[in-house]
Amino acid sequence: MGNTIIEKIIRAHSHDEVSPGKIAWMDLDIRSARDFGGPNVAKNYEREYAGLPLADPAKTFFTFDLCAPACTLRYADNQQACRGFALKHGVEVFDVDKGIGTHVLMEEGLAQPASTVVGTDSHMNILGAVGSFGQGMGDVDIAFAFRTGRTWFEVPETVKVSLKGTFRKPTTAKDLTLFLLKELGTKKIALRAAEFYGPSAAGLSLAGRLTLASMITEMAGIIGFIPEGCDAARKELPDSGMRRGALSTAFTADDGASYLETLEVDIQGLPPQVAAPFSPTNVKPVSDLRGTKINSGFIGSCTNGRFEDLAEAAKILKGRKVRKGVMLKIVPATRRVYEELLSKGVLADLFESGAIIHNPGCGGCAEGHVGLTGKGEVQISTGNRNFAGKQGKGETYLAGPAVVAASCVLGHIAGPEDV
Amino acid sequence: MEKTLCRGRIWVLQDAAGKLIEDIDTDQIFHNAFLHITEISEMGQHAFGNLEGWKDFSKKAKPEDIVVAGRNFGAGSSRQQAVDCFIALKIGAILAPSYSSIYFRNAVNSGLPILRSGELSELVVRRSLETGDEIEVDFLAGKGLDLNKNFSFAVEAMSAVQWEIYRQGDLFAFGRTFSRGS
Repeated sequence: MGNTIIEKIIRAHSHDEVSPGKIAWMDLDIRSARDFGGPNVAKNYEREYAGLPLADPAKTFFTFDLCAPACTLRYADNQQACRGFALKHGVEVFDVDKGIGTHVLMEEGLAQPASTVVGTDSHMNILGAVGSFGQGMGDVDIAFAFRTGRTWFEVPETVKVSLKGTFRKPTTAKDLTLFLLKELGTKKIALRAAEFYGPSAAGLSLAGRLTLASMITEMAGIIGFIPEGCDAARKELPDSGMRRGALSTAFTADDGASYLETLEVDIQGLPPQVAAPFSPTNVKPVSDLRGTKINSGFIGSCTNGRFEDLAEAAKILKGRKVRKGVMLKIVPATRRVYEELLSKGVLADLFESGAIIHNPGCGGCAEGHVGLTGKGEVQISTGNRNFAGKQGKGETYLAGPAVVAASCVLGHIAGPEDV
Repeated sequence: MEKTLCRGRIWVLQDAAGKLIEDIDTDQIFHNAFLHITEISEMGQHAFGNLEGWKDFSKKAKPEDIVVAGRNFGAGSSRQQAVDCFIALKIGAILAPSYSSIYFRNAVNSGLPILRSGELSELVVRRSLETGDEIEVDFLAGKGLDLNKNFSFAVEAMSAVQWEIYRQGDLFAFGRTFSRGS
């Protein structure tokens, strides 16, 4: 009997029996913590393991991306506490200048295909985009991982999702992802791994893969893989994998791998989509919401903060202005993305449209200093969550970069073809 | 002898129509505005602080009370505080048909009894299980008992790993026995 991708990755990191429902102890290639969760990891560690060394400092990292640089004294204190812990234990810190931790780990070649990577970020499974088993965990789990280099994990069942048909621009990976949220909801792949197949999946760029993989969390799934074209897409990264050793190859599922079920989703001719408040699964075609007035826009996040995403928005914004009274906040995912925007002139196009351009990080997703909405404010965002109260008291709609850009030009929800 | 069961008064998280609220996310359980808090003792006051209709939960809850929630409880972020706030309030157990994977792990690792029961939705809609009922949950026998109304319902027993972590106190304590090879 063959194995699915998640089974192969866990098996390569465990001595235990690996089959769905079994609990396996698994070695972790990379363990990380960020500025939320990180201070508690350090605190747990010093309380439980005072005087004891980390399992391997070279495999342990801090990534600061949520409140970067700190905008309150509490966060400044917390980040400084992490820096102190890191210095003491010889741990590298990707500090507030670097950007979103998952993306940085990928760009640095640390999150390799077929690896296991954990951190205090519930979107850690975004690393499925490069064939890595990323998993978000709480501060108890991560402190334990810092010390032991391993964790327990219940091997999930795998669901095969077959995408039928193709879509064309202006429809993007985000529209596909939102449509899948509508179709799969929070039940169909809940607590399972998913493998996506079909020409539309195979043809996704790295940025598109990151978009889909990141929102597996909103579908309540464990992780999503897009096996076809995975290694090729990863080569889109500048000097990918060169910094930290040889590039590994992603696993593919065996013939005869056992799936819990196969789901077919018809995406032929899919138009742009928007998720209305207050759930990422409350998805409708843009045409159903066209005309809804907005006050602000946000382009960025782990879901849509790559160069390709911001260039997509710039194509709409170039030579146009963000409508008076609307604020558009743009946050590149990482410093490397920022650099590429600068060198290719995209940043200037965004700036001239009237957008506010922030330093790299998570920006508008958590209630950090870029992300707040006031009571009555309507925001359209490329983020991944629009739960009530998540980004303040306003209402958040989720969409792709082109839809957000077009909406900010017109002052109401609109598709890229409306401008 | 370890405690293999818990007994307490239940809080049924239900909507106006009487159904269990599904997909309660970690921002509703413990809002991200308070993530800078690292002291568990300061976390209890924020439990359900962003869940409409339940914002006063921390004032009403008593030690050993049991929370009954809808499916996919704890969706969203990885924050441990969404578990620790219940530990701060000395909540005895959490019951739901299902949880987000990360939330379930966090509770297991912190030694907070968290159990799955597929019968809850039905029992709540039928008003068999109601807020204020005193129930008893057996962690190993896979059984719940409503002591007021004298009926039982199925609960998934703890897995071996969950039981061991709970028995030792938390993942850290469990890890110490584990590293000694027992």
